[in-house]
Amino acid sequence: MTIHQQVDFDDNVSRALNDSQLIKNTKAAMGTLVAKRKAIFPDETEIEQLRTLGNALKQKALSKLPQLLEQLEEKCIQNGIKVHWAETTSEANHQVLDIMRSHGATSLVKGKSMVSEEMELNAFLQKNGIEALETDLGEFIIQLNHEKPTHIIVPAIHKNKDQISKIFHEKIPNTPYTEDVAELTAIARKILRKKFNEAEIGLSGVNFAVAETGTLCLVENEGNGRMCTTVPGVHIALMGLEKVVEKLEDLPPLLRLLTGSATGQLITTYVNMITTARKQGEKDGPKEVHLIILDNGRSQIFADPDRRQTLQCIRCGTCLSHCPVYNRIGGHAYGYTYPGPIGKILNPQVEGLKAAGVLATASSLCNSCEEVCPVKIQIPDLIRRIRNESYSKDPASTMEGHGYKRNLLETLTWKVWEKINTYPVINAVGLKILSVLGIKLPQIGPLKNWTRYRATPELAPKSLHELVKHHGVDHE
Amino acid sequence: MSEGSRERIFSRLHAASRQTSTPDSQPPGLPILEYSRKEKIEKLKTLMEAMRTEVYICSVKNWENNLAEILRQRNVKSLLYAPQTDIGQALENYWENASGQALQLIPYENDIEQFKETVFNVDAGITSAAGAIAETGALILWPSEKEPRLMSIVPSIHIAVLKADTIHNTLLDAMQKENWPERIPTNIVLVSGPSKTADIEMTLAFGVHGPKALIVLILED
Repeated sequence: MTIHQQVDFDDNVSRALNDSQLIKNTKAAMGTLVAKRKAIFPDETEIEQLRTLGNALKQKALSKLPQLLEQLEEKCIQNGIKVHWAETTSEANHQVLDIMRSHGATSLVKGKSMVSEEMELNAFLQKNGIEALETDLGEFIIQLNHEKPTHIIVPAIHKNKDQISKIFHEKIPNTPYTEDVAELTAIARKILRKKFNEAEIGLSGVNFAVAETGTLCLVENEGNGRMCTTVPGVHIALMGLEKVVEKLEDLPPLLRLLTGSATGQLITTYVNMITTARKQGEKDGPKEVHLIILDNGRSQIFADPDRRQTLQCIRCGTCLSHCPVYNRIGGHAYGYTYPGPIGKILNPQVEGLKAAGVLATASSLCNSCEEVCPVKIQIPDLIRRIRNESYSKDPASTMEGHGYKRNLLETLTWKVWEKINTYPVINAVGLKILSVLGIKLPQIGPLKNWTRYRATPELAPKSLHELVKHHGVDHE
Repeated sequence: MSEGSRERIFSRLHAASRQTSTPDSQPPGLPILEYSRKEKIEKLKTLMEAMRTEVYICSVKNWENNLAEILRQRNVKSLLYAPQTDIGQALENYWENASGQALQLIPYENDIEQFKETVFNVDAGITSAAGAIAETGALILWPSEKEPRLMSIVPSIHIAVLKADTIHNTLLDAMQKENWPERIPTNIVLVSGPSKTADIEMTLAFGVHGPKALIVLILED
């Protein structure tokens, strides 16, 4: 498991809320992504059917997960792909390093991979004297600025054009200042083409791995993924073990859901299906292909029937784009690899509640995420589950760190609450006292924080209960 | 190291999956679409042009003339091609007889290890498309021993030659009719346009890594 620096979520959120540029950039981009998704899925009935299908396909795959992974492994080996299993991110990092060392390689070109972010691979390789270069334009920008991605799909979207112009000008030697997007793109192209040409090893993620044929399917728009997986002599593909699907025929609906949800595209520029390493007689393509399959807590998530649906996620990022909280704080505030709604349920399950359970508090439970999720993950239910388990001392709980939030004051408060609401007399007397005295909520502890940005609720002189008693109920 | 991890991962997964039931029957798949031959060509052309692809409908008899004109307009000086394919043969025949055009035809004959500089410096690459998908507007590239993978991604201009009869209604159609699960090659790529990105302020920019231009010649009988 990755050792994260302790994330101070409250502090992160405060800082993000005060960064007006960040909020402006994030909101503008999310607005575009939401509108594009809506335009590509205009028919409510059709998208509903498609989501039902996506949900069924991923559930089917999970229902036979170990068998499919065995089949995938067998097919890959037949196809000349070497398969490595990693229980932890540290193990996966060492597997990459070992492959690099076995070739005496000192540099790596990388296509976009969220699993590599989860592994914090770049930092690990750098410590071991290896340069890992991000080649996706967004990832390239944030790597120049020593940042982490802020969004699963558009990693540098928290920066606007002017900020990126400045980063290019300052961080790339001999680069004149330009705010022209085409020129900025051309600058990156020139640098990266040279790197593709020279690279010994290329690394990529995997969007879907097909057990039936052993095919690794990658979607992208830029072509850097195709470069990374075709030019260098060695290709390393990283995947979480939940990425496996059963059949090639499962791909068309899943691809439609992924590209439509992620960027509002009917299809990406490239859908790359890699099945074998370079065969005898072929003139290019990597001679060696490695597939690293990462667990990192996923098999634990798999063991819980309700939490298992977390593994249906296809990393489209649309729950981020639609989330009112994400829109207001951006991705960095979350402090973990996966921001937004999916991050609120995924990180706590992988890193444990004590470390990341706080993320589940950052939700208004508005259900937007569940309404747009292409595979119908019930994210709000799982957020509630994480919140509950944070207080639960139930020994049957499967979540690491459950009950970490339990404390005497809260336990007592709820006990009193329970009593008040189970004895009508206490309830009535209590309400009477409150309404007569007009007691306002005391400005202490969590109540102080709560009322800092909100109007303090005032108690009405008469409770709803009393009003109903006197006036009856109007049936309209 | 890996072996022990593999065993432990699988033992956890197998233990967990013993408690699961198989999900109910699968809901209906994507809607089945049937386009006429003409509609398929039109739909493909419209969708790919919307993604800034240049699409030309040519005659199978003299498409080389169209190609020559396109290359002239774009001032293409060198063209990477696959000599052992039908397209490669046609190009050799045509340019042998063509006079007055300064085009260097470069055959992809060596392994990439000896050929990288050429591939990275050539003006354009020409390949076949094994088929296409009308519904979403994409070519199906099916690289082979004769027609290597890098021809369609490294050069700044990619020209693809597609026979009109090989356009499928949908991706699923292509997979089923062409029996992909049995025949799957080293690599298949679906291509819907030139390389692009929207990573800076969601502004579209073309030609970020791969081809800056994609030109499709659809051959009609």
